[in-house]
Amino acid sequence: MSTNRVRVVVTGLGTTTPLGGDVASTWAALLDGRSGIRTLTEDWVDTVPAKFAGVAAVDPGEVLPRPEARRLDRYEQFALIAARQAWQDAGAPEVEPTRLGVVVGSGIGGINTILQAYDTYREKGWNRLSPYTVPMLMPNGAAGWISIDLGAQAGTHAAVSACATGAESIGQAIEMIRSGRADVVVAGGSEAAIHPLNMASFAAMRAMSTRNDEPHRASRPFDKGRDGFVLGEGAGIIVLESEAHAKARGAKIYAVAAGVGITSDGHHISAPEPSGIGGKTAMLTAIADAGISAADVRHVNAHATSTPVGDEIEARAIREALTGSPLVTSTKSMTGHLLGGAGGIESVFTILALSERIVPATANLDDPADGLDVDIVRGEPRKLPDGQLAAINNSFGFGGHNVAVAFTTA
Amino acid sequence: MAVTEQEILAGLGKIVNEITGIPASEVTPEKSFVDDLDIDSLSMVEIAVAAQDEFGAEIPDDQLKHLKTVKDVINFIQN
Repeated sequence: MSTNRVRVVVTGLGTTTPLGGDVASTWAALLDGRSGIRTLTEDWVDTVPAKFAGVAAVDPGEVLPRPEARRLDRYEQFALIAARQAWQDAGAPEVEPTRLGVVVGSGIGGINTILQAYDTYREKGWNRLSPYTVPMLMPNGAAGWISIDLGAQAGTHAAVSACATGAESIGQAIEMIRSGRADVVVAGGSEAAIHPLNMASFAAMRAMSTRNDEPHRASRPFDKGRDGFVLGEGAGIIVLESEAHAKARGAKIYAVAAGVGITSDGHHISAPEPSGIGGKTAMLTAIADAGISAADVRHVNAHATSTPVGDEIEARAIREALTGSPLVTSTKSMTGHLLGGAGGIESVFTILALSERIVPATANLDDPADGLDVDIVRGEPRKLPDGQLAAINNSFGFGGHNVAVAFTTA
Repeated sequence: MAVTEQEILAGLGKIVNEITGIPASEVTPEKSFVDDLDIDSLSMVEIAVAAQDEFGAEIPDDQLKHLKTVKDVINFIQN
């Protein structure tokens, strides 16, 4: 590891989630232990087994001007809203366009557009399709629109790694700054997948909770009674910056984006590899990349989606990789699972936990699964100690993607 | 009865506003869609399709590229 390597810091945060339309409202709701999950009222809900989801608390149509909203897929709307928040939060940095990059992905992309456009095509013909259909359905559309919004010319990328997308995007952004390609990179993930086809397809995998009588209690990572994940929507995007660039302009620094670890299971297209070696190695790689020790990591925002198999494998991986008794939480218990947006919002939560030194509790953890042997925050949020600390955001995705991003206190 | 120039102009103003957010009052006959109103080629396609729905006059793609100003579109629809 090079000792004179460029340090990357976080200077801006943006989110729109089932708990709130911005970072402050989302974070307050997390610390209060509120649930963003509700029963769906659409007429198609009778056709799918899971009848609830984490719908965005603030509809993007209320935020974006109508002419702009109509040419964006919903996942692009979320991404643009979160990116603008993060950019403003960072103080709208002055940066050469050729030194500004974007890495923003989505797990699924513009699937609402694809399905609606196909209906339009069949019912009315090709010339009734919006000329924006292609830019709305493409999974790099959000990254493209953000680059236009900010005038970013250092390169625009869209990671696609299912539920690891947001974290992988942030990892790529760290590398982009370290390699000298950019001074500032806007990075994260977005998803808008609450559509009957997705709900039905995940149900076909038997991956979703069907606790229809108690939607707000359905997402219960690490709990014995968990029966699947709960779909959520929204975006989480951050501004990453070389430390030199941030300090030169006197920017507020939330945390250091210290390291990233990426592995792949090479095992099964959707099921996690049972030993958890992929997640464990991702965490250990992130630690090594950050130049810290396993004992320095005092908090983990776990991927833990509330599926029967995944949560316990991750708990074991954390136990084996980290020796500092980190406070573990799964904020998906309140937001639901934002798929490609998960790593984005959960990186924001990990950064806030470090900068405010408090870890939100995992909601609905009434009866922890046997043998977890990790310190999961329950009931009330818990404080982190003073001094230099590190925290990890884990994100794993269908396809066998494992991404761990290590942040350290500023 | 044929629609008047004023009626077409008002209708175009509404369409342009809906699609681009440009105030309808700025959509005046002498304005160029590209140079004055900063409307891109994709939005022009949307405007043309919406105008077809509104006024029943089909604008073929090979004609669309010749319609530079608001007045050009009005004339095309009237003829």
